[in-house]
Amino acid sequence: MDAATTPTNGDGQRLWVWAFGAVFVIAMPLANGLGLLSDYYLNLFGKYLALAILALGMDLLWGYTGILSLGQAIFFGIGAYAIGMHMLLAGSGKGVYGEAVPDFMIWNQVYQLPLFWKPFRSLPMALAGAILLPAILAGLVGFLTFRRRLRGTYFAILTQAIAFAVWLMVNRNEMKLGGTNGLTDFKSLLGFPLREPATQRALYVCTAAVLLAALLLSRWLVASKAGLVLQAIRDNERRVEFLGYAVTGYKIFVFALAAALAGLSGLLYAPQVGIITPSQVGVLPSLEIVIWVAFGGRGTLWGALLGAISINWLRSLLTASAPKVWPIILGGLFVAVIMLFPHGLLGIGRRLWGLLAGPQPAVTAVEATGGSPVREPTP
Amino acid sequence: MSTLLYVDGLTVSFDGFLALRNLSLIVDPQEKIRVVIGPNGAGKTTLFDAVTGQVRPVEGRIVFQDTLDLLDTTTHAIANRGVIRKFQTPSVFPGHTVFENMRLSSGRKTFRSSLSTRTTAAEQERIAKVLEQVGLLPYLNARAGMLSHGQKQWLEMGMLLVQDPTLLLLDEPVAGMTRVEKEKTAELIDTISQGSACAIMLIEHDMEFVRQVARRGHRVTVLHEGSVLSEGPLDQVQADPRVIEAYLGRGTLGR
Repeated sequence: MDAATTPTNGDGQRLWVWAFGAVFVIAMPLANGLGLLSDYYLNLFGKYLALAILALGMDLLWGYTGILSLGQAIFFGIGAYAIGMHMLLAGSGKGVYGEAVPDFMIWNQVYQLPLFWKPFRSLPMALAGAILLPAILAGLVGFLTFRRRLRGTYFAILTQAIAFAVWLMVNRNEMKLGGTNGLTDFKSLLGFPLREPATQRALYVCTAAVLLAALLLSRWLVASKAGLVLQAIRDNERRVEFLGYAVTGYKIFVFALAAALAGLSGLLYAPQVGIITPSQVGVLPSLEIVIWVAFGGRGTLWGALLGAISINWLRSLLTASAPKVWPIILGGLFVAVIMLFPHGLLGIGRRLWGLLAGPQPAVTAVEATGGSPVREPTP
Repeated sequence: MSTLLYVDGLTVSFDGFLALRNLSLIVDPQEKIRVVIGPNGAGKTTLFDAVTGQVRPVEGRIVFQDTLDLLDTTTHAIANRGVIRKFQTPSVFPGHTVFENMRLSSGRKTFRSSLSTRTTAAEQERIAKVLEQVGLLPYLNARAGMLSHGQKQWLEMGMLLVQDPTLLLLDEPVAGMTRVEKEKTAELIDTISQGSACAIMLIEHDMEFVRQVARRGHRVTVLHEGSVLSEGPLDQVQADPRVIEAYLGRGTLGR
């Protein structure tokens, strides 16, 4: 019975978590400080790691619970816009026009700061808003839809429609969020100039540490009884209800959690990239997140990290050398993964590992009338 | 407590088709097993659906333990009150191990209590005991999807037992089982009904199996076209001319 107390293959993975932390949280910024890794590359990886947080939430939601949301970029956008507004306000008065509002508002003949911008002057408010607003919004959408047993494709289409609506809204100048240009020209955060490599390095370390924390939290959640419930919802939602679990509550929870992680991701992304535009909150970026997770291997957490980092890295390489074919490659990757490798990169890796390690003691079906199991449970 | 389950004047309509018509039935707390039989389309499964909050009747009442109005209660809340249901097809979670399936079924089902990665020693012991009872202890870490059909059924039985049911609703538990598996299941049901305070409501087509479990004078309810046709001990019901009439053309009851 002791074997049952620890979740399966938990211990082997713990090593990977520490290795991941050692490389990304410690080794990379250290190498940058010593001049072995360029500021440019560290910044790129800061971006990838921020997006990996977004993918992690998507994996909890889609990979583990089976809820396909095609609107995760909305929540990412809320986080990015929240910190973007804060950074613009912190720098306002120092712009070209010297006015108390961000420069882009002057171009639109707005000289009074809109009311909804005001709370974002305070950093704690901006941080809280970036994480809590997405969670509250997702909670609300989840409450309205999951309770009515709206699920599967219908839910996916609904979230996609919301993503489209939000994209249309943010694009308008009347929203006072910079229209199609978005928010950019951020000067500083907490008084530290964003142009300084040291500031960017600190942002990178924050991002990597937050990602590590998010990974640990996700791993804990997945191993908990609630994690079992989430996966059971994916496999047979109705049956879970008959076990006595309030399924709707779990679904709202995981949707809100994924949204909070998406907000956190946007929050860390914007200061490192220096711009947030409506093109990052719409339908297409939402779809891309799904591709990252599918490509890396869904329902594994590691797959989400792998997918987000590798595809974005590939994008950086290819948009520079072959910008026109990049969308085709992305689409091709998705089709290839779905058709050939349903378990993604991780699935391929596992199979290769299995081939190299030789035949495993197979856990196969047992005799129908209840013979002895092929493999005894390992103590 | 005077009644365990009180069903009064229940009518369920599916777009005008009456699946249940003015159905009334009472299960006493002392009753161990109540067998529900009836030809296809008699409304047996619909009755279970109504009791577990899956369909909303147009008329009637269902009261559990004299106080809980089941028509006003959600499916998961009904399960938490000890009304536990088993479906016709084995519905275990194939991707979870046998132990994980049991862990999902045992203990408290609140969100907060599920935010834990630990299983208490008491809970583990209980799970081990039930798995022993259904003969699946050696398969503790096997994926449930790898089990044979019969083993999946027993795993599901184990999942039901570990929930400490007050009223156990079994919908054709031996469907698709081999003869040996059926006998083992009958034994298991016997053990459950003798060893715990739980009452069982059993839907069954297989008359041989009904005789195996209902031999000690348990009451049998015959449903026909959505209402109760006859009720009483098996012998009496089998001799009831109305029951024989209802089963005519379907092969004689009990042969």
